[in-house]
Amino acid sequence: MSTTSEPGRQQAAEADILEELKAELAHDLEEERPPHAGPLAQVGAGLVTLALGVAGTVLALGYGLGTLTQPGPGLWPFAVSVAVTALSMAQIAFGRDGQDTEKFTRSSALTALGVLSLVALAALLPVIGFEVPSLVLMVVWLRFLGGESWRMTAVISVLTVAAFYALFVVALSIPLPRLV
Amino acid sequence: MDFTPIIDGFGIVLQPTNLLYCLVGVLIGMLIGVLPGLGPAATIAILLPLTYGIEPVSAIIMLAGIFYGAQYGGTITSVLLRLPGEASSVVTVFDGFAMAKQGRAGAALGIAAIGSFIGGTISIIGLSVLAPVVAGYALDFGPPEYAALGLLGVLLVATVGNGGKLKAVIAAALGLLIATVGRDTFTGAERFTFGNLNLADGIDFVPIAMGLFGLGEILYNLEENHKKVHAPAKVARVWPTRQDLRESKGAIARGSGIGFGLGVLPGGGAVLSSLVAYAVEKRRAKQPERFGRGAIEGVAAPESANNAAATSSFIPLLTLGIPANATMALMFGALLIQGVQPGPQLVDQHPDIFWGVINSMYIGNILLLIMSIPMVGIFVRILRVRPAILAPITALITMLGVYTVNNSVFDIYLVIVFGIVGYLMKKFGFDPGPMVLAFVLGTLIESSSRQSLLIFGGDPTGFVTRPISGTIFAAILLVALFPLLRKAFRMRRGDKQPEPAPERLPERETTEAK
Repeated sequence: MSTTSEPGRQQAAEADILEELKAELAHDLEEERPPHAGPLAQVGAGLVTLALGVAGTVLALGYGLGTLTQPGPGLWPFAVSVAVTALSMAQIAFGRDGQDTEKFTRSSALTALGVLSLVALAALLPVIGFEVPSLVLMVVWLRFLGGESWRMTAVISVLTVAAFYALFVVALSIPLPRLV
Repeated sequence: MDFTPIIDGFGIVLQPTNLLYCLVGVLIGMLIGVLPGLGPAATIAILLPLTYGIEPVSAIIMLAGIFYGAQYGGTITSVLLRLPGEASSVVTVFDGFAMAKQGRAGAALGIAAIGSFIGGTISIIGLSVLAPVVAGYALDFGPPEYAALGLLGVLLVATVGNGGKLKAVIAAALGLLIATVGRDTFTGAERFTFGNLNLADGIDFVPIAMGLFGLGEILYNLEENHKKVHAPAKVARVWPTRQDLRESKGAIARGSGIGFGLGVLPGGGAVLSSLVAYAVEKRRAKQPERFGRGAIEGVAAPESANNAAATSSFIPLLTLGIPANATMALMFGALLIQGVQPGPQLVDQHPDIFWGVINSMYIGNILLLIMSIPMVGIFVRILRVRPAILAPITALITMLGVYTVNNSVFDIYLVIVFGIVGYLMKKFGFDPGPMVLAFVLGTLIESSSRQSLLIFGGDPTGFVTRPISGTIFAAILLVALFPLLRKAFRMRRGDKQPEPAPERLPERETTEAK
């Protein structure tokens, strides 16, 4: 296959001007992104993936590696986990100065609140049906996470839930747990 | 070449239901392209549950429409707001927005639409010609070749993508690991299930894709939803003038060629090809300083390229069963959901899907041209919809959608977990794309390498001594070592600002423009 050598060659020719372009882009978009989170986050990220790699290695050993003629269930996960471990060590050693992380800002609390509302939806759905939890989710996201006016919030939430009811229950008759 | 299946393919596309799904697909694609925030990958992920209920051909026609439709839509926000709606329209911002400031927004949008149409159409023709040939060739591939191809695909997507390469490879390796969760198909032993029955059959592709791509992106965008919406620039006269057309003719042709070529390669795709096309135009221009100040070639080239690439990236998926980028990984998953195994047999076993999907792209591109020139005003109005209003609607679609797949609350929790993982990955600079792609290919790579070992009688050198798999492994080595080699090379030159290599360019133009 002649295409297999292509990417390397193309990359070599384009890499420099591409880097330039990317740098320009990054600079352009920088003012809109939160500041990067620094070396601690880089090392932390590496430690998390390292832990996953080590855990994977240990568990895979337990599943049995077998032999190359008779590969056991653990051989492939073992190989992959070792790769994760090694790459994570490289990240911890060399990745400190990377600038591709983002600081958590005050608005990250919005995301946390959003996740909580999703968990609440999942917990309530089988108990009281989808209508009320969906309405609550819409109100929380529109009013408190999105800063919409109460009037906007009311109109859009009710319309959306009604549309979902019409689509899932009436039109597609999907067995969604429901109140009515 | 036998043309009957191609013509039958048109018959399938022209069925009213398929036309409708094509229209729905490109319309959704155009919309999410216009709306900053959700990309085509996230949208396709969120809509995966919907495809359970419809015919395979219709489903894939619709999802494909979303993908290439988004390439058209992404341009509009780049030009009018200086906000790329899609990653693949990022470079269009430079000259597109400059043109808009000069009151030439219409010309920029018009030339982008025309370029996209030409790039897309050239690429479909190339796809129709090339795909059956590649598929025929690939029929001889055995497990060692697939193991090698799968690995190469994962590695290329991880190293060519944006963001830190090391982190992308880590994400990909973790994706491979997630793919091993569940019962081992060879021995029946349970792996990483921790006794949980829900995990015994492995983790479904749908909650992973919906979580990492869909919900992860929604949660990430929540942090900046409160930003206010800018007023878009005025659009007058969408048709480009004759001079505009003359100036961008070459750029469109070169952009289409570059897009087609890079789209086929794993890891290439729409984003990279738009960057490369822009770089090429700037490099060969007589007055490169015009770029960034409203040069129409700077809009025409990347927009033709991203569309051509979006189309040609279907080739590896439809012929080898190897997705070339994250969005194609979603298509792969969607096909599997429909019980269709993408690969070299696809063109013979399911000619309806193969040719139906390819031919639907002609129709889709015509629909998009109509929507982006005469109807552009309507889409400009959509720019006023605030992201804060869309976020809860998409979140709700995700939550209820994933529930409907298996009527399982466990799946909702799974999506939330992967949504959080996707959000954190973005915050910490890990691209979720390679992870999803590796997850999709993980089973294939593992089972074919184990089958290969059985074939070779336990001798791993067999991978290298077979001609095709050997070549692919050489390429893998090259890709893995390339960044290190380049670093070493640069250090030897005393870390100088790298010199451009202009002698390469003419050569590539002639090979790519064919």
